Amino acid sequence: MAESVVLRRRRAGFHRDSKGWIFVGPFLAVFALTFLAPIGYAIYLSLFREQAFFGGTVFVGLDNYLDVIQDSKFWEAFGRVLLFLVVQVPIMLVLALLAALAIDSARLHGANFFRIVIFLPYAVPGVVAVLMWGYIYGNNFGLAADLNDLLGSTSIVPLSARWMLPSIANIVTWEFVGYNMLIFYSALRTVPEELYEAAAIDGAGTIRTIRAVKLPALRGAIVIATIFSIIGSFQLFNEPNILRTLAPNVITTYFTPNMYAYNLSFAGQQFNYSATVAIVMGVITAVIAYVVQLRGSREAM
Amino acid sequence: MKTSHRRSVRRLVLATAAVTAATVLLAACGGSDDSGGSAQPQGSPDAVNAALEKGGTITYWSWTPSAEAQVAAFQKEYPNVKVNLVNAGTGNDHYTKLQNAIKAGSGAPDVAQIEYQALPQFALPGSLVDLREYGFNTYESAYTASTWTAVHAGDGLYGLPQDSGPMALFYNKEVFDKYGITVPKTWDEYVAAGKKLHAADPKKYITNDSGDAGFTTSMIWQAGGKPFSTDGKNVSINLQDDGTKKWTGVWDQLVTGGLVGNIPGWTDEWFKALGDGTIASLPTGAWMPGVMEASVKAGAGKWRVAPMPTYDGQPATAENGGSTQSVLKQSANPALAAAFVKWLNHDGGVKPFLASGGFPSTTADLKDATFVDKPSAYFGGQQINQVLTGSADSVVKGWSYLPFQLYANTIFGDTVGKSYQAKSELNTGLKAWQDALVTYGNQQGFQTNG
Repeated sequence: MAESVVLRRRRAGFHRDSKGWIFVGPFLAVFALTFLAPIGYAIYLSLFREQAFFGGTVFVGLDNYLDVIQDSKFWEAFGRVLLFLVVQVPIMLVLALLAALAIDSARLHGANFFRIVIFLPYAVPGVVAVLMWGYIYGNNFGLAADLNDLLGSTSIVPLSARWMLPSIANIVTWEFVGYNMLIFYSALRTVPEELYEAAAIDGAGTIRTIRAVKLPALRGAIVIATIFSIIGSFQLFNEPNILRTLAPNVITTYFTPNMYAYNLSFAGQQFNYSATVAIVMGVITAVIAYVVQLRGSREAM
Repeated sequence: MKTSHRRSVRRLVLATAAVTAATVLLAACGGSDDSGGSAQPQGSPDAVNAALEKGGTITYWSWTPSAEAQVAAFQKEYPNVKVNLVNAGTGNDHYTKLQNAIKAGSGAPDVAQIEYQALPQFALPGSLVDLREYGFNTYESAYTASTWTAVHAGDGLYGLPQDSGPMALFYNKEVFDKYGITVPKTWDEYVAAGKKLHAADPKKYITNDSGDAGFTTSMIWQAGGKPFSTDGKNVSINLQDDGTKKWTGVWDQLVTGGLVGNIPGWTDEWFKALGDGTIASLPTGAWMPGVMEASVKAGAGKWRVAPMPTYDGQPATAENGGSTQSVLKQSANPALAAAFVKWLNHDGGVKPFLASGGFPSTTADLKDATFVDKPSAYFGGQQINQVLTGSADSVVKGWSYLPFQLYANTIFGDTVGKSYQAKSELNTGLKAWQDALVTYGNQQGFQTNG
């Protein structure tokens, strides 16, 4: 008697569970197919080594990972995007923040106009944007050449080895300031009017209002924008890959980790090693993004 | 508010993982073990004609300007054969797609255009049909010796030559005349001319070379170097041989002296510089006239063609570029594909190829008076084909490319490019290139030494 009650309950419980599975099933199927399967396949690939010409495929365990850890090209590429991140991301986010605060201040004439103009570069397809900047940077016939002519110098060479990274940072900043501004601006719009009224009654001026009301309200948005920007920096690919035609000797096949992975697999047919590079880079990105998130949310508390 | 923030941040970390997965996907799309095809037909010379009679459908990948006219002419002659022409991209884009289709085991075309330098990379792993089974080896006498060698890998014959690119010196006569430069016959004279020109006008360069693997290998070829040799599994790489040293001996003077322009080839700036006199001459392949007429309109009437400068004044040249059409093992109808290749480069296809401005590899056409003596308006009425066909006769023998030349070319900028960038001795870069290639060769199953 007691047993059957338990059984019935169990059955009812199972019944409830199965209904839940039916609801999440379609999502899980797509999730597994488009998300888990590729990652699983990449991990599987990374455990083998295939020789493109002779010798076939052999299981090598973690050898590919050991190779990546000792690969000076990989670390050179990683160091480059890390430097890029440390310098470019703060500049871009500060600019975006200033723009958002200015537009939100209600003191700017034509705020809508500025909002659209600053956002516009983000709407330009990335490839087109880079090509356009490529023409500007050209030191034979581009704007850089004209400036050199004007100043009688030869010092403006944006596509040289020394200036390439700042030149790319400039393009990326131009492209993404508007996007980040929009994130900040929309966060500012959610601040309740009462807070401003209260601040005004307490006698807070503009700067004080920004520090005491606006910036705390923006904290979450800043964490989000930072994480997006970190991911974007580690994934740097389009800009250097397109500029490579204009500066083939400056931008190597391993200029960024993503370019390295791409060229390993599509130029060198080293798919296994390429998968390993991608996985290592993915793990590093996830760890750094997670640390930023932890820090960001702790400060938010 | 706080918890919702946290939740959204957690979601973000998921998003991070998703973006990561996209990277991984990129790496993952290409990994079946099947490198060859499944169809293993028995071919014979009769099979080619039988396939043409029977008809069918084949796919042809090419980016050549003559492909469209050729396919139209072929279908007119053989109405029961349908050829799907696909432009899968130029150069590396084309090869990447082709390589992926081969690796995937399906999706490759029946016939593909392949440059001579890329042929071993596809032929040696067994992705192409050896056309000797259709008796195509009997056509040897129809082609120049250098292109006939170029369509072989090991003993196998993997295509019939289409165009060729024997090198010549293209020079801007207007610039040469203005600065009193006579057309150099030796490389020493060429270097002297470079110094003279650059001293007279620092914005002008005797030539342009930003570091180009195809150009470098051709120049080593002309100097008599044989840095690459392949014998089955054994590959030897020696970019320190006498020929290579001979070339760097001359070219170092130009590069370290800042006497060559460093505008990357095929960019808008490059075309512009060819038109406005910035680049005063270019040692390059015989396909160049078509390119200049199409893309360097400003240079019309100014340019002329002369034989390549040499080291000792005796005629010697090399091939630069050029391509063939090959039949893929994946093809379901290899006999028909082979028939199309034969028509393209041996029969009716040669005429539309010439009409589109191509430079042939068929000896009959290279000797044909209407072709040889045709004056070129772009080159001020000069009968340029007299120079260019003459060049085809003096190609240095014995050259071969690496079985992984396409990969080698991709990493050229990483290694030799650095020497160009620093305007320092090219040998440092060539050594680095050699080391990287030896490592790669061994990783891919070759016994590589260098």
